[in-house]
Amino acid sequence: MGITAWERVKIARWKERPTSLYYINHIFEHFIEFHGDRNFGDDKAIVGGIAYLNGRPVTVIGQQKGRSTKENVERNFGMPCPEGYRKALRMMKQADKFGRPIICFVDTSGAYCGIGAEERGQGEAIARNLMEMAGIGVPILSIIIGEGGSGGALALAVGNEVWMLENSIYSILSPEGFSAILWKDNKRAGEAAKVMKLTAAELKEMGIVDKILREKEKLTEDSGEYVVYKLKMGILRFLKQYELKSREEIIDERYERFRKY
Amino acid sequence: MPILKGRFKKTTYITLGQETPEDIGRAVAPDEIHPEIPQGLWTKCKKCGSALYTQDLRDNYNVCSKCGYHLRIKANDRIAMVLDEGSFKPWDNDIPASNPLDFPGYEEKLERFKARTGLDEAVLTGTGAIDGQSTVIAVMDASFFMGSMGGVVGEKITRAIERATQLKLPVIIFCCSGGARMQEGMVSLMQMAKTSAALKRHADMNLPYFSVLTDPTTGGVTASFAMLGDVILAEPGALVGFAGPRVIEQTIGQKLPKGFQEAEFLQEHGFVDMIVKREELKDTLSHLIKMHMPWVNLL
Repeated sequence: MGITAWERVKIARWKERPTSLYYINHIFEHFIEFHGDRNFGDDKAIVGGIAYLNGRPVTVIGQQKGRSTKENVERNFGMPCPEGYRKALRMMKQADKFGRPIICFVDTSGAYCGIGAEERGQGEAIARNLMEMAGIGVPILSIIIGEGGSGGALALAVGNEVWMLENSIYSILSPEGFSAILWKDNKRAGEAAKVMKLTAAELKEMGIVDKILREKEKLTEDSGEYVVYKLKMGILRFLKQYELKSREEIIDERYERFRKY
Repeated sequence: MPILKGRFKKTTYITLGQETPEDIGRAVAPDEIHPEIPQGLWTKCKKCGSALYTQDLRDNYNVCSKCGYHLRIKANDRIAMVLDEGSFKPWDNDIPASNPLDFPGYEEKLERFKARTGLDEAVLTGTGAIDGQSTVIAVMDASFFMGSMGGVVGEKITRAIERATQLKLPVIIFCCSGGARMQEGMVSLMQMAKTSAALKRHADMNLPYFSVLTDPTTGGVTASFAMLGDVILAEPGALVGFAGPRVIEQTIGQKLPKGFQEAEFLQEHGFVDMIVKREELKDTLSHLIKMHMPWVNLL
């Protein structure tokens, strides 16, 4: 498409870009949202529950940004706290228990860095997800639909496959942070975006992601039909591929996928 | 307290000591590090400012005798303190570096750190014995690129864990890091998943993993293997957190509470099992190994 990395960053962060709930509601049927980590609270930056995909039960989880300012505040701008990751893990373990594939929609600028988040063990929550996801015996598919903000995104992205929408980004830190820390200048974010290789195309080439889904111009909820369709077809194909694999195969393949880096 | 005089070789000794916690928390850029080479006989304690006779400091495990502050130590010194003499066998110190982003100047920077520290990377891994009990060990070193985790660090740690699983040995990791290494981009992030997955396999064999959090342990290391120990130990006063203090302050627009993100704070909030003084770490780890693997015969 010939657009710069920085332009893709802006598109990935664009407030009209469809969120996890949009895809969940349009791809799956009868989504029932569950809540809570059974320990501390319910983090609205992460949504999750069970749904049907063409009659087949699945677990769906997503990082959810707000679709209005009010909702953004409620959802902490899609920046999860430890209880959000623990909610996600609880749902993944339930999926494992009941043999449901897991589809994760990743869209966050990062794990929330507030005092409470640190007090409740933000690092531990992410680490625990990384470790436990390695042992989940059902197929996991993670799709970066907007921003893949570092460890906060990775905690939902230890998948058998990891896909990205064409204009989404996935990075170890924000280009602003990169520019500020490495070049002592927070105005060179555009340059940083180029150096960091955070676009879908670059990450596919590096083998960090498995598949890119093309977007059409100006992806919004109103123009999202095409992407919804391609995603649904892709997910169905993914599930079919994994249908006959054993738990051990699913776990081993996921291990090898991340072992190669 | 065991006698340390003469235990450490008198080699060129680089002490990192003058960064503030805020610098560390926000993943200090490599050229911001000002290694303090003790020019003469005196080293200044970063916490209380006392002037300490360097040789005394080294004899005291690099712990300030005035205030108890645990200054940072090098990986080789840690190994000498913790493992039985002569038992350490290093592994994987020849993994070729890579530059996945073709980041300008990165390879040269790596060479400078190698020359300066004598290390191949920010972690030493291998096997050794503690009071005769075999263990796999990994020790991170902040003097190499702020202890940041890139592909080689992740690979060394993963291989060490995998071999421990195969050999049915415990794993001990001394964590010390400014976080994931930015210059390697997403490859660094992947190391978080890779190391954690290796620990899952190790754990599934009911083998023990003890992590020791030292100052500073931050970012992607905290959010992966550091916080996954069956037993999590920490040195007193160690700064341990996910986000850096300055980033948190900027996010919330408030000053941080006293003691925030120190080992004691983490323990109060439920995330550290034991705070152990450096001089007691060897005995503690020895005891923990024996307790977790009572069937292992001593040599």
